[in-house]
Formats: sequence, structure tokens, C-alpha cells
Amino acid sequence: MRQFELESVEKVDQAVASQRDQRRDAFVAGGTTLLDLVKLDVMTPERMVDVTHLPLKRIEKLDDGRLKVGALVTNNELAHHELVKRDYAVLSEALLAGASTGLRNLATTAGNVMQRTRCPYYRDPAMPCNRREPGSGCAALDGINRNHAVLGTSNRCIATHPSDMCVGMVAVGATIVVEGPQGSREIPFEDYHLLPGDTPEKEHDLKDGELITHVILDAPRAGGQHYLKLRDRASYEFALASCAAIVELDGDSVASARLALGGVATKPWRAEAAEKALIGQPATRENFERAAEVALADAVAYSHNGYKITLGKQAIVRALRDATARTTATAA
Amino acid sequence: MTTESGKIREQDVRGQHTGMQKPRIDGTLKLTGGADYAVDRNLPNQTYGYPVTSTIARGRLKSLELDEALAMPGVLDIFHHDNFDSLSRSPNSFAEQNLTSEPRLPFEDNEIAYHGQYIAFVVADTFNHARAAAMKVTANYERDDGAITDIKALDSGEGELPGEVQEGDASSRGDPDSTLEAASVKLDQRYSIAQECHAVMEMHASLANWEGDALTIYESSQGVVFQRNALSKIFAMPPEKVTVISHFIGSGFGSKLFMWPHAIMTAVASRRLGRPVKTMLPRSQEFTATGYRPTSLQRVRLGADDSGKLLSIHHDGCNESSPTGKHDDTVSGSTPKMYACDHVAVTNRLVTVNKCPPCPMRAPGEASGSFALETALDELAVQLDMDPLELRKKNFAETDPADGLPWSSNHLIECWDSAAKRFGWDKRQSTPGAMRDGDELIGYGMATQSWEAMRLSSSARVGFRADGSLLVACGTQDIGTGTYTIVAQTASELTGIPIEMIDVQLGDSSLPTGPLSGGSFATATVLPAVAAAVKEALGQLTELATAEGAPFAGVETDTIGLENGELVSGHRRLAVTELLAHNRLGLVDAEASAGPGDEQGQYSFRSFGAVFVEVRWDPEISRLRLARVVSTIDIGRAINPLTARNQVEGGIVMGLGMGLFEQAEFDHSGYPYNANLADYILPVNADIPEIDVELLDYPDYRLNEFGARGVGEIGLTGVAAAISNAVYNATGKRIRDMPISIEKMLTA
Repeated sequence: MRQFELESVEKVDQAVASQRDQRRDAFVAGGTTLLDLVKLDVMTPERMVDVTHLPLKRIEKLDDGRLKVGALVTNNELAHHELVKRDYAVLSEALLAGASTGLRNLATTAGNVMQRTRCPYYRDPAMPCNRREPGSGCAALDGINRNHAVLGTSNRCIATHPSDMCVGMVAVGATIVVEGPQGSREIPFEDYHLLPGDTPEKEHDLKDGELITHVILDAPRAGGQHYLKLRDRASYEFALASCAAIVELDGDSVASARLALGGVATKPWRAEAAEKALIGQPATRENFERAAEVALADAVAYSHNGYKITLGKQAIVRALRDATARTTATAA
Repeated sequence: MTTESGKIREQDVRGQHTGMQKPRIDGTLKLTGGADYAVDRNLPNQTYGYPVTSTIARGRLKSLELDEALAMPGVLDIFHHDNFDSLSRSPNSFAEQNLTSEPRLPFEDNEIAYHGQYIAFVVADTFNHARAAAMKVTANYERDDGAITDIKALDSGEGELPGEVQEGDASSRGDPDSTLEAASVKLDQRYSIAQECHAVMEMHASLANWEGDALTIYESSQGVVFQRNALSKIFAMPPEKVTVISHFIGSGFGSKLFMWPHAIMTAVASRRLGRPVKTMLPRSQEFTATGYRPTSLQRVRLGADDSGKLLSIHHDGCNESSPTGKHDDTVSGSTPKMYACDHVAVTNRLVTVNKCPPCPMRAPGEASGSFALETALDELAVQLDMDPLELRKKNFAETDPADGLPWSSNHLIECWDSAAKRFGWDKRQSTPGAMRDGDELIGYGMATQSWEAMRLSSSARVGFRADGSLLVACGTQDIGTGTYTIVAQTASELTGIPIEMIDVQLGDSSLPTGPLSGGSFATATVLPAVAAAVKEALGQLTELATAEGAPFAGVETDTIGLENGELVSGHRRLAVTELLAHNRLGLVDAEASAGPGDEQGQYSFRSFGAVFVEVRWDPEISRLRLARVVSTIDIGRAINPLTARNQVEGGIVMGLGMGLFEQAEFDHSGYPYNANLADYILPVNADIPEIDVELLDYPDYRLNEFGARGVGEIGLTGVAAAISNAVYNATGKRIRDMPISIEKMLTA
């Protein structure tokens, strides 16, 4: 049995002070990722700091129209919150497309931001994995990579980021607020997760002692929203490709668009070039398909995941169509 | 006494309890945690075992580094090749009832045949201590390249399949080669099914305890007698010194029929430590060390005339097997019996791969074979521009075409017609893609379902107790299918004692020998033995009742029957409880056996059914879903239609898994890639549509006096073919390799 110390904290500053080295000291809330990985010997913290008692469980509307979500708000609470359902439907849908009710009741907002990849080679210490053990190699490159990424990969790591929630957050736009030894700072959501590059073990921008306290969602965007998740079975599976789309129309043309992708990339993926390609264009199938081509233009296929390039495009076209349909319905 | 089933026929049992829907008598125990599954049992001074497994697929174990693990908290000992007991292999005979799944004993040598092979066994004072120490054992290997885990890679894609034809696995009738050559309509196609894992709810577990030279082992087992016999051979001890107990099983699907090595490691460790040892395999090891439905390759060639009459059938199969235990899945084995056709040849081959031995998995052979044959027939129907149902009806076999025997009872035509009607098959449009609903293309497909109706021999004991209750005991098991309940129904039927007063005891090898829970033969095998034991016990009661001075003194014994727990002769009645009290007896019991008789040479026994499915394909997002299933099945008499229907539904869901999702994956190094329930995709509730199951009710009294043929497997057969055929109807894409994954749909 792996021995670790467990410390419980009541205040954010205590939590911050308690973490000296994030490789050895782990914050634990819902534990739905961390405890699994500890049992598998993939994560090996010597100390866990239980943050579930911190006062970070509120969802509040800020004066500037943004929505401030406490780090400990569970996935189900967030998904079913009235303001989230009304103003951030794409995020609510993304959350509900993930995991199961039981897991969503435990999993927290910050915990989901910190979710680790589901690459089976990462999850088995007997196998080489640069993300888990830098320099050991990547078993997925020439192994089975059906579930792996086609965007944002490197020759060190091709693991997908598994979260649905994060894809929804990239689409609605958000800021991550962290509290650390030097005080608090804000990180744009899109910059938080890092591409694997030469250092796949470095998954995010957190410094030792830093704790995510909130995620602040941008003020609601105009337009119709839709999250579409494609997978083998109808539930309880990570995305093979997913798309979060927000489309605002001006007449028949796209006034603004936000597009984020899941299941196909090494981090929650904003398809910004595809958004730009849509703006000012008529909201037609042809233009959606063109945007999808743009979004996947740089995709690189490995031996088993070439289908994801097609599937990713399909997710985009359908999500855009259905988001657009909601725009029209709202206008009518 | 052995009752020849043929002789009881004048007393065919049709009554008040059998054939009626009865909720499971063990339902409350299961829902309240009162059912003692193997792993739930605890013994004083108990310890815990945890296996260490190989992380290479082929090579040799050079050495183990154990020091760190041995020094960990609570560790008692670590067993491995250098310190394991010297044991003997079981003879591995089905006939002698001592078959094991992996004949090679644990740690017998240092050859590594597959990833996940046991290389050491850690025992500690707690489960977590054992597990933690097991993770600290490191192994040094000499790795051999060239591990084979994919038989499809060995297939040239045309002509003969890879592998060796097994002895007894080739049969033919007529002159199929030249008939095919001359046929005006021909088809020659290859099919494959990916490896499937049983993924049972209750994981494999053993709890072993020695008292002196006697071993008791609590095991999640579909065959307590087989395991008892095998352990007795392996430990070279008399069978009566071994007791295997398996009161409740959280499904087995075949993976728990024949003992696996973890039970042997557990028993050895318990003997060496002088303490009980409990082992529960982790989920990952369920994917690597306890069997699977082997990957199969199949080739089907059909010859037909222009009217759709089948002239010839060639069905060649090939399944993967293991260096440490051979398993022949005989995927083409049932084909000679399915359709009227004079020229038929079938073969089955094995290819050895670097995996643990495969083993039977629900509807073994036939689930796989029916996929290929029933898909090929659909393809033939397309070639002929003929309704696939009509094609099958045209080739209906009036008698068993393999041996010419009459069917004991065959209502396949009614199955086809009734299921077609319930489904609305007449609304099918044969042109692919012609049916559409919004974004979705709709496809209809069908297939024939079938499973051999077997009956073996069994013993049972029945005892009348002074308190009015009835003991019924048999060394078979209830693997979750409802055996406890149907045995109680039957005993109640035969004695008139209410179901609540029937005490059914199963899952203990010290009880009268009962059958494996497998092959859909337990019902047809066990119930006649119960009837024989009731008859025998009635004989003893009659003797007591008619003794001098007894209440029925002078009554002709053959006029005496049993009703409502009373002996009855004419208008005279005598409660059994009164008779026992009168004689100051606590129990009158008898053991008897029953088995198949001459009918086996006179009839062919087989269940048939028909399955119709609707699929929905949304081509713009590559989404394929099963939308609707109708299955009409003829299994003779369903002793309990509630649990029988449940079996068919479960089988259909497993067929859905085969058709759309399930695929155990191994990478080029032999690494088991998706050995967990998140990455091995099984159907979940959201994938399961409305399932309409119709059970015809034609008791087959030629098989046994209850008319029951068994129901565990048949629901699964044909389902993957029906799905594949429906996909063709929706899309024009013919997917011959299961499962029908997104990438296959995109590239077809």
C-alpha cells in the first residue's frame, strides 16, 4: 500500500502554504482522477492536501457580466445551474456528456481542469511514456493509437486531453484564477494547458503552491450554442471527436463564432482559424465544411486514428448546423 | 435409480408452477447483500493473495527481484517457480469431469507465453498489502521478438485460412466442391470477429482453507464438481477430501466453467502458510488470465440455384488458441444442421497466439459461426434479389440435414413468421438507403438463431422434513440465470409443497453430482434428476405409510401420489408431516439420478429462433445505433418465462456488443491495450433499445418430461449478423469484420 500523509485545510492560504512541491504534494478534491492514478502507481504523491472544505463552492454573477465558478463546484452543480443552462448551454451540454451522474457528483470544476489523459500507456507504469516518465519513450507512437490526438501532437506524446468540460470552457471563453505564494494571478483558459512538445510531462502552467480557486466564464456570448460528442457507444466513453460551437448570426451570415474541439487534440482545442473563416460568411453547409477543413488542416494521422480527421470535421459541421438552428429559433 | 426419460412421458409435467413467471427466490438475498459470493466470505486468520503478472508476451523469465516486496508491511510469502509446490497436472478430461482451462500449472516453467501470465504470487495480511507488494516485484526477462496476437495478420485474405485443421473438425456430406463449381449462383466471402472478453460482473475469486489434509475452496465457479475433481488430481488426493463451494455467481458466461491457475496458487499458498488465503483477481487480469472468446476468421462459400435453393455450403473456421492450453471454438460446427442442403463441408483450424487460453464464451462457436453464415445468406439474398427471410424459408430443413433424424420439435417457421410480423418486416425496402428519418438512414436486418439442446446426466437429493419443508440438493450452480428458482418451482410442482417451503441447495461439490452451468443444458439435465429423487423419496414415504399399523396400511402403493404435501390415494389423504411425526422421523430423503436415454439416437434436439433488428445510421456524424430488436424463440417449455426472457434479452445485448463494440486489443508487442471496463467498449444501458422477446410455448417432451430445452445461449446467436445485415440495408456497406466500428464504416 502506498503510504501518504493526508492533511485537511480550511482556508485557501493554508492550502497554498501546505504545498511545497507539486510532484510530491497533491491537492485532492473529488479524487476521481487522482485516486485512480495513485492506485495505478502512475501518480505517487507523498502528501495529499484535502481541499474539499475550502470556501470555493459558489457560483456568482459578477458585475461585469462574467460568471465566477468556485473550484469546488461539482460538474453536476455547474451543469444544472440556471445561469449556466441559460447563458452557457454549450458548457452545460459538455459537462453532461462526460462520465456518469455518480462521477459528476464528485468531480469538481478545478479537478476537471486538472484531468489527466486516458492514454492506456500513460496509465500503466510497466509501459514507456514520456508524459509519466520523461525520456522513457512513447508506446503509443507505434502502438495502438486509435484514441489518440491528430492535433497538437509531438514526437514525444500524442495523448488526447480527455475533458468535455474544458472544451465547453474554451468555447465560452474563460479565465483560470490561481492563488499562490506570490498572491493571486489569472491565466487565460486557452493558455493554461500546454502542448506536449518536448516536455509532455509539463501539462500546465501551475507553479509550486499554486491552487486553482476559480474559473471565471466570459460574459455570455450572443448566438446559438451546441456541444456534440461523438464516440463508439452512447454513453460513458471519452470523446473520439467533439465540438463546442457558438454561432451568432447577422441576417443569414455569421457575425461571430467560437469553435472548440475535444477528443482530437492534446489539449482543449480552440479552432480559431476556422472561426475567422466563418465570420461574414453565409451560414451554409458549404461554409461549415470549409471551416471544418480549416480546423483540421494541420492534423497529423498516426496508424490507427486517421478516421478522427474525418470525424472531427463531421463534429464541426453538425455542431455548427445545430448551433445555428438554435440562433434562428431564439431570434424567432 | 436411473430414470430413462422416455419412460416418464406418460406423466409429462405441465402444471401450476413450472411454466409460470416466478420472481427469483434468491432475489431478496441478492438485493440485501445476504448472498454469499465467494469473495464475500471471510475465515478467521485469513490472508490475501495477489498475482504478479508478466509484462512481456513472449520469452523467458530470468529472475525475480523480491527483496523490496518481501520487506513490505504485512507480506507473508511470495510464491514463484523456484519455491512452488511440485504438483501434477489434471488429466483434463471433459468426460471425467476434470477439465481445467489452462492445463499448464502455475510457475511450472519459466517460459513466458503471454503478457499477463502469472510469474509470482504475493500473500500478505491484507488485500492492500498484498497488492502493494505485488507492484514492487520486478522481473528480468529474456524477451523474444515476434509475439503473435493478431491472427488476421497471418491471413492472406484469399483461399485457405491460416492454421491447422483439428482432428474431428472436418466433416462433409455429398460432393460440395463440384456442386459449388457447377452452381449458377456463387458466393465466397471472408468474415472475422474480434476477440471478446467475458467481462463478468463478479470477478474471479478463490478462498482456500485446509483443515488437516482436507481442502475447502470457495470459488466463483460454473462447475464445482469439475473443479473438485481437477484439484483432487492436481494435489493427488481423494476427491472427497476436496470441497468446492460456489453458492452464488455474478455471471460467468463460460469463463468460470473450468478452473484457472489462480485457484491452484491460492490453494498451495494456503497449505504452505497454514492459513486461509483469499484471492480476488483485479479487473485487468480478467482480461489477460481467465479466457475469452477467441478471434475467429471464417470463410463461407455458398452455391445456389436461381430460385435461392442452397446447393452447397462450405464453411471454414479458424480461431486463435494458446501455447498453454488449446481451445477449439468449432465456429463452423453447427452449420451442417442449419439448412436443407445436400452438399456441405465444414472445417475448423487453430492458430497459436501469445495470449492465455481462450475458453467457451456464451454460445461458443455458434455465436461466431452464425454471424458468418447468416451474413453470407444475406449477401446471397442480395445477389438473388430475394427477400432474405424468403431465402431462409426456402431452405428450411424439415429434418436434421446432418444426420437425417427427425427434429424432436421444431417451430422455426413460426419463429420467422411471428418475429417478422411483430417487427413489421413487410415495410422493409430492400434498396440500401431507401428508408430515412431526418438525418438517419434506417436499416432492417434479420438472422436465424439456434443452439443445440443438450441433456447430460445428473443426480439430486430430495428430503421431506418434519417441519413440512422440502430439501432439494444438487451439485450444480446458479450462475445468476435462476436455477435456484426453477428447481424450487419444479419441486413444488411435484410435491405440492409451497415454493416458500422449498430449501434449494446448490453450488457445493459435496452435494450429489450435478452438471456444469453451461451449454444451456443445466435445466434439461437437473430437473429430471429432481423428479427422480422426488419419486424415490415418495417410494420411501409410501413404504412408511403402508406399513402395518400405519395410516395407509393396506393401500396399494402404486395408487399413492403426492399433492399439497400430502400422500393421496383416492379420497384418502395423509400429510407427510403427520407421517414423519408418527414415525418420529426428522427427514425422509433419497438421492437419484437421471440422464438421457434412447431418444438421443431417435431425434435431433435443437432450439431455433429468429431475430430482426433495426439500425439507425447518421452518415454525417458517423453514428450507428441499434434502434429496435424483435426475437421469437422456441426453447420448448420455459420453466420460468420471467428468467428465460431475461436470458434472451441478455444474450441479445451481448450480440449487440459483438456487432458494434467489443474488441480486446493487443499491440504489436503483445501488450493488452484495453484491459479495463472503460477502454474495452461494452454496450451500456443507453445503447440498449427496446427488445421484444417472444417465447413460443411448445414443450419438448422428447428431451425430458418437463419439455424444457434450455435458454442461456440462443439469444446471442444471429444478432451480430442481423445487425450487419441491417447496416447493409441502411447504407449499402457490407461490413464483414466485427465489431462494426466507426472507422470501418468510414472506409467501407
